[in-house]
Amino acid sequence: MSMTREQVAHVARLARLDLADNELDRLAADMDAILSYVDKLNELDIDGIEPTAHAVPMENAFREDRVRPSIGTEKALVNAPAADDSCFLVPKVIE
Amino acid sequence: MSSLFEPVIGLEVHVQLTTDTKIFCGCSTEFGRTPNSQTCPVCLGLPGALPVLNRQVVENAIKAGLATNCRIAPRSVFARKNYFYPDLPKGYQISQFELPICEHGWLDIETEGRGPQRIGITRIHMEEDAGKLLHAEGEGGSRVDLNRACTPLLEIVSEPDMRSADEAIAYLKKLHQIVVYLGICDGNLEEGSFRCDANVSVRPRGQEEFGTRAELKNINSFRFIREAIDYEIERQIELIEDGGTVIQETRLFDSDKGTTRSMRGKEEAHDYRYFPDPDLLPLTVAPEWVERVRTELPELPEAKLARYQQELGLKPYDAEVLTADRKVAEYFEACLARHDNPKLCANWVQGDIQRKLNETGLAVNAIPVTPELLAGLLKRIDDKSISSNIAKQVFELIWESGKDADTIIEEKGLKQVTDSGAIEALVDEVLANCQPQVEQYRSGQTKVLGFMVGQVMKASRGKANPQLVNELLRKKLD
Ligand SMILES: [Zn+2]
Repeated sequence: MSMTREQVAHVARLARLDLADNELDRLAADMDAILSYVDKLNELDIDGIEPTAHAVPMENAFREDRVRPSIGTEKALVNAPAADDSCFLVPKVIE
Repeated sequence: MSSLFEPVIGLEVHVQLTTDTKIFCGCSTEFGRTPNSQTCPVCLGLPGALPVLNRQVVENAIKAGLATNCRIAPRSVFARKNYFYPDLPKGYQISQFELPICEHGWLDIETEGRGPQRIGITRIHMEEDAGKLLHAEGEGGSRVDLNRACTPLLEIVSEPDMRSADEAIAYLKKLHQIVVYLGICDGNLEEGSFRCDANVSVRPRGQEEFGTRAELKNINSFRFIREAIDYEIERQIELIEDGGTVIQETRLFDSDKGTTRSMRGKEEAHDYRYFPDPDLLPLTVAPEWVERVRTELPELPEAKLARYQQELGLKPYDAEVLTADRKVAEYFEACLARHDNPKLCANWVQGDIQRKLNETGLAVNAIPVTPELLAGLLKRIDDKSISSNIAKQVFELIWESGKDADTIIEEKGLKQVTDSGAIEALVDEVLANCQPQVEQYRSGQTKVLGFMVGQVMKASRGKANPQLVNELLRKKLD
């Protein structure tokens, strides 16, 4: 494993993190260490073992299709950094 | 289109399900309410809120899978698809990735170009919809409405098996008809209940491997889908012939100009980093569940079409018109259940009823002439109480008043005259007034008989039995 600065910058961009140049090097080293640690798992023989999607040995938690009260517009917007009378306001999205 | 190139088309359809509540919370899915009024911590993506799967969504996914010949997976898993967009509050969409609920299906289509074709369905998976961005005019920002966030969708992905816009449309119409028949989608393209993305590429004819594809988005009618695909095929062929190369990208269809344009800046976002959602347990579907759903499936359009021809003896065209819309088919069957004359019922439903539906824009289950009322009218045609012409008048009167045929026939005195004495008097009168035609007839121009029948019918104000008139005229003339 050897994380490049470019890979770190790419992951940071995907996570919307703004990193300084010196942070890139430090994080590349950190991530390298983490990935090599996790890489140990590859040493295990897992032939014929189903991938585990969930740690809890349970399946199928359902709800019935019945309407329950929503919290309403006012409460929905109460923590919004910016809102008008019914909507969240966000910076212009360019398409 | 240049015949040196062959288009290759695959389709991704998003079907919005008509459940009462969202896929992972109990908020209502009703359309057109105050923005953000139908939200809760789950669909707002607030920290700590946990999604719980709506059973009906799974049931509907199984229905769609069975109706498109898919294998229903005994075990499937929800995954997070990570990307940032203001209409996606959690920063990920809950979808299915490696283990979708349905796989390996197909639909049969037929077009003029290549005739019958089997179009593969790669997979069907369940996912949540995003919210809606409303673009505020004049202001610097956008407004976000999360009422639609977390409403249930099925994504139905086809194999790249289509070779023309015609085939793509045939596939889409068939799929659309099926989901509407199943009652799992309202099928409204304009409101976004049935959305289509098309993957289009071209390759030199005879070449095995696919060309680079463009993904067309934002198309909300069958006509626009055809235009977008045709435009894109032309664009790619011209590009290649001019020495250029097609790049893999997302393109938006512009319905005003009939063109597609590149949606720049979205390329980076394609690294979705899917992983199983730890908030949702794996889903298992027991064979008993699948079998129960199978037995509850309604008769699907293809089977109905075949039955109408084979058992009811209807012509292929008539059967197709009647089965195109499930509600029309049900109206027809309700009428047939009360008056067992398939051809007569079929003629009226696709004739006068269909005309009225077109004129009024009403849905067939909302019209004043119910199947019971129509059947009552058809009985009086078949027992010769009224002629087909009078029946048309009676039909209009039923439509206006909601009264049944017998009441109207009685009130207006429209009962067909079958008393040969009364008709004979009219026949004599017409013969006396039509000397030239009588001579023509006797000199061998027997076609004028039709004219004389018409005159008698007119004199009876349509109430004479035309067959009887015909017989009496012949008897007197020959
Ligand atoms: Zn909710």
